[in-house]
Amino acid sequence: MADLSINFAGIKSPNPFWLASAPPTNSGYQIMKAFDAGWGGAVWKTLGVPVINVSSRYGGMNYRDTRISGFNNIELITDRPLADNLREIEEVKKYFPNHAVIASLMVESRKEWEQIIKDVENAGADGIELNFGCPHGMCERGMGSAVGQEPTVLKTIVEWVMAAANIPVITKLSPNITHIESPGLAAVEGGTNALSLINTIKSIIGIDLDTYAPYPVVDGKGSNGGYCGPAVKPIALNMLRQLGQHPQIAGTPISGIGGIETWRDVVEFILLGATSVQVCTAAMHYGFGIVREMDNGLRRFMDERGYKTIYDFAGLALPNVVEWKELNLKHKVVASINKDKCIGCQLCYIACDDTAHQAISISGDQTNRIPSIIEENCVGCNLCSLVCPVENCITMEKRDDGKQHLTWEELTNTDRIPVTFNDERAGGRGHYVPEVADALKHRKN
Amino acid sequence: MSEYKRPITEQDYDKNFKQKKPLMRQSEAFIESSRCLFCFDAPCMHACPTHIDIPLFIKQIHTGNVTGSAETIYDMNWMGNACGKVCPTQVLCEGACVFNNENGKPIEIGRLQNFATNKAISSRTKLFSKGTPNGKSVAVIGAGPSGLACACELSTLGYDVVIFEAKERPSGLTAHGTAPYKITNEEALDEVAYLQEQLGFKIHYLTPVTSEEQLKDIESKYDAVFLGVGIGPTASLNIKGEDLPEVVGAVEFVNELRFAKHTMKLPGSVIVLGGGNTAMDAASESARMGVETVHLVYRRSKEDMGAYYFEYDLAISAGVQSIFNASPKEITGNGKVKGVKFVRTAIENGKLVEVAGSEFEISCDMVIKATGQAKMGSLFQKIPGLQLDSSKRIVVNMETYQTGNPKYFAGGDAVNGGTEVVNCAYEGKQAAKGIHKFLHA
Ligand SMILES: Cc1cc2nc3c(=O)[nH]c(=O)nc-3n(C[C@H](O)[C@H](O)[C@H](O)COP(=O)(O)OP(=O)(O)OC[C@H]3O[C@@H](n4cnc5c(N)ncnc54)[C@H](O)[C@@H]3O)c2cc1C
Ligand SMILES: Cc1cc2nc3c(=O)[nH]c(=O)nc-3n(C[C@H](O)[C@H](O)[C@H](O)COP(=O)(O)O)c2cc1C
Ligand code: SF4
Ligand code: SF4
Ligand code: SF4
Repeated sequence: MADLSINFAGIKSPNPFWLASAPPTNSGYQIMKAFDAGWGGAVWKTLGVPVINVSSRYGGMNYRDTRISGFNNIELITDRPLADNLREIEEVKKYFPNHAVIASLMVESRKEWEQIIKDVENAGADGIELNFGCPHGMCERGMGSAVGQEPTVLKTIVEWVMAAANIPVITKLSPNITHIESPGLAAVEGGTNALSLINTIKSIIGIDLDTYAPYPVVDGKGSNGGYCGPAVKPIALNMLRQLGQHPQIAGTPISGIGGIETWRDVVEFILLGATSVQVCTAAMHYGFGIVREMDNGLRRFMDERGYKTIYDFAGLALPNVVEWKELNLKHKVVASINKDKCIGCQLCYIACDDTAHQAISISGDQTNRIPSIIEENCVGCNLCSLVCPVENCITMEKRDDGKQHLTWEELTNTDRIPVTFNDERAGGRGHYVPEVADALKHRKN
Repeated sequence: MSEYKRPITEQDYDKNFKQKKPLMRQSEAFIESSRCLFCFDAPCMHACPTHIDIPLFIKQIHTGNVTGSAETIYDMNWMGNACGKVCPTQVLCEGACVFNNENGKPIEIGRLQNFATNKAISSRTKLFSKGTPNGKSVAVIGAGPSGLACACELSTLGYDVVIFEAKERPSGLTAHGTAPYKITNEEALDEVAYLQEQLGFKIHYLTPVTSEEQLKDIESKYDAVFLGVGIGPTASLNIKGEDLPEVVGAVEFVNELRFAKHTMKLPGSVIVLGGGNTAMDAASESARMGVETVHLVYRRSKEDMGAYYFEYDLAISAGVQSIFNASPKEITGNGKVKGVKFVRTAIENGKLVEVAGSEFEISCDMVIKATGQAKMGSLFQKIPGLQLDSSKRIVVNMETYQTGNPKYFAGGDAVNGGTEVVNCAYEGKQAAKGIHKFLHA
């Protein structure tokens, strides 16, 4: 039986599922409910300087009938008095001594940092998370992502914090930067015990066609906000692996955040090296009960693969994320349609004929709508298999014998890269393209 | 006129009794599961008598954790696969789905449930294990849904469980009573085999427990006994001609049909008496067997029928003709059924009365009585202390399912008088918990 408990940079938690610092962790009431529902830890809604929040605050990115495939907010840090939050941290820890309560902090001066660290330590917090990520409002005041985007400033603040703190410190990074390694490295050099990422991505979720203002509209105007939810997962995963593969950052525990909703998301983050995960949007969409799907799925995955703890598979995907030039150019796959599964929508055909490599043909006869693959033309791009609405109907079949291995890097090293388009070795040369005039055959009279 | 041709081969039979809820394909399950809203404190879950965590198992299907999904289902309901197929979902989970509130199509919970459990069963996925033996043993009488659920639960708690079953195979009325277009024999029996393989309880077939000696013997060998015997054969109507050879009970009729299939011989015209779901089933089944004329005759009005409207619609769509407010007075025929004499009924001062001079006769070759079942009274009388209510149902403590005789527990149709498989599965499981509490007090 899998043991889900973790020790994240000294912060112990019964499982790796933490609520991210956000509205779900606004109060002791919410966090206690969350722990009862199965969450192992919670990063308290960021504590810091007094703020005022606006109404309204959120916008949703809906994709067809899927609500909140992305989520956007213009909320600031907590607007509740610090004393109330501290009292509630203390109370939560009394009821849940074995769960992880992490205080997210954001203040300005060294003195303020020292004071607030002392306060949360006294209240019994198990760790601290530094919010260098908020991409709206707080950055205008020189905090949040304004710090996250300035590695030298970030490093200085981390150093102040490390000098003052007696409990583990996690530095939360902003994705609003070109090279995530820069702030990551600065935090590690500043002495941080751990990292977490991503905070929200600067965004405009959409424009209201009545007021011509961005959502959420606040009295006729809007502001750029922070984007999160399922849509940001790919960005978070890439940043996670960038940190994990960086020689000086690798080894620092990382808490993965960004679009996590299901057990699969959790496993993917862990495979790329995260050893705790944080969730905000999924909890805001479905409530704390969503954790039971993650919990059961993760356990089942671990039991089926024989993993005793998450450390048994943490980071296993990292070595497989390589640079493009290291990929095998001799690997060859082609699409294959399972005629028994095909329902005849012909989305694959039109995707390939209009926008890929004209490697799918149709009969044109309404009584036989099942397309066929023209193997010689197929470059193995995957597009058809992605648009096909039927599970496992179009599969990509391996066609090389697996014996040959050749990469761009090897070609470069041995001076064999094609230098002209006519070069035998150039790609795309032998690929089929129809005659230009064939396009006219599709005209309807 | 029946819409169906007489089945000659097993394939014909399977075609006429095509599954109403066929197994979902993977894409179908993926798309359907994506529609579920993951409601909080979901109404579907409250409407399920076993309280399966429906939003969770649907989400698990969607995320590819189909094994976890089956686990969620079996965690609450040992007859998970059978229930997905035979539950009247329109009035249970699916009837409560929030999509009904905007006239939308409710989530197909029953079929999604089968998608998950079928995968676990057909791949023989290991989901359960016997509890550490606690040295105690329990006898279960009857291998129907209630007895099986009780046996499964007890096995996980570490009891040595032995089931005594009168018939030659398990599953009770799931395979012997429900309509063949709801669940196949193979499906019903395979779920039991799957559970038994992992939980290890024993079943002694062709072993009816009927005598005092048998009961004494069982009492001396086992620490507790669970009665999951269901209800008895079709009750008598007490009218003339009832003993003619072509007069059969609905339960006996379907029992034969389910295993004889296309080889069952049926005449050209049949009258089904009754207005409950069993009557609807018998009428539908007769029509699907190619009986040219099937009359469904009920004493009271259409509105008073106990049957679900969708079961009635199903019978009508199979070609059944219905007659209401007609009460059978006599089955006519000399050594062979010729017809049934009815009298018209009406409601006067809230009471059903016969309308004088309104007698009429419908000719037929066979009569199926779906007018209620007798209770297992004779067995119950042999158990000292067992209390029965005025309808001969066993009286139990509704929390522990303990009977008036502390060593005996009971559940299922024998207690509730006849409901659905899902209720019986629930009661069997609850009774197991009651037995556990009793033996570990
Ligand atoms: C015609 C018909 C159609 C139905 N259709 C549906 C439906 O579509 N959906 C649904 O959910 N429910 C349906 N039901 C109801 C459902 O089948 C029953 O509620 C359920 O099977 C009862 O379970 P049980 O365990 O209480 O008893 P049963 O299923 O009746 O099982 C009792 C078992 O005990 C055995 N037994 C009896 N006496 C003894 C004895 N003395 N010794 C040893 N063994 C004994 C019997 O052989 C039997 O196997 C239907 C019922 C009928 C009659
Ligand atoms: C409404 C809202 C408020 C947030 N407030 C904070 C905050 O106060 N401090 C912080 O560190 N992150 C905050 N975040 C960012 C989240 O903690 C998290 O990093 C981000 O939402 C990505 O995770 P998700 O995709 O699971 O939502 C907030 C996010 C949302 C949606
Ligand atoms: S996209 Fe899939 S289902 Fe549609 S025609 Fe192509 S193979 Fe068939
Ligand atoms: S057991 Fe029956 S009522 Fe319960 S969820 Fe399944 S199909 Fe619905
Ligand atoms: S009520 Fe319907 S939508 Fe809501 S959880 Fe149940 S099945 Fe899903």
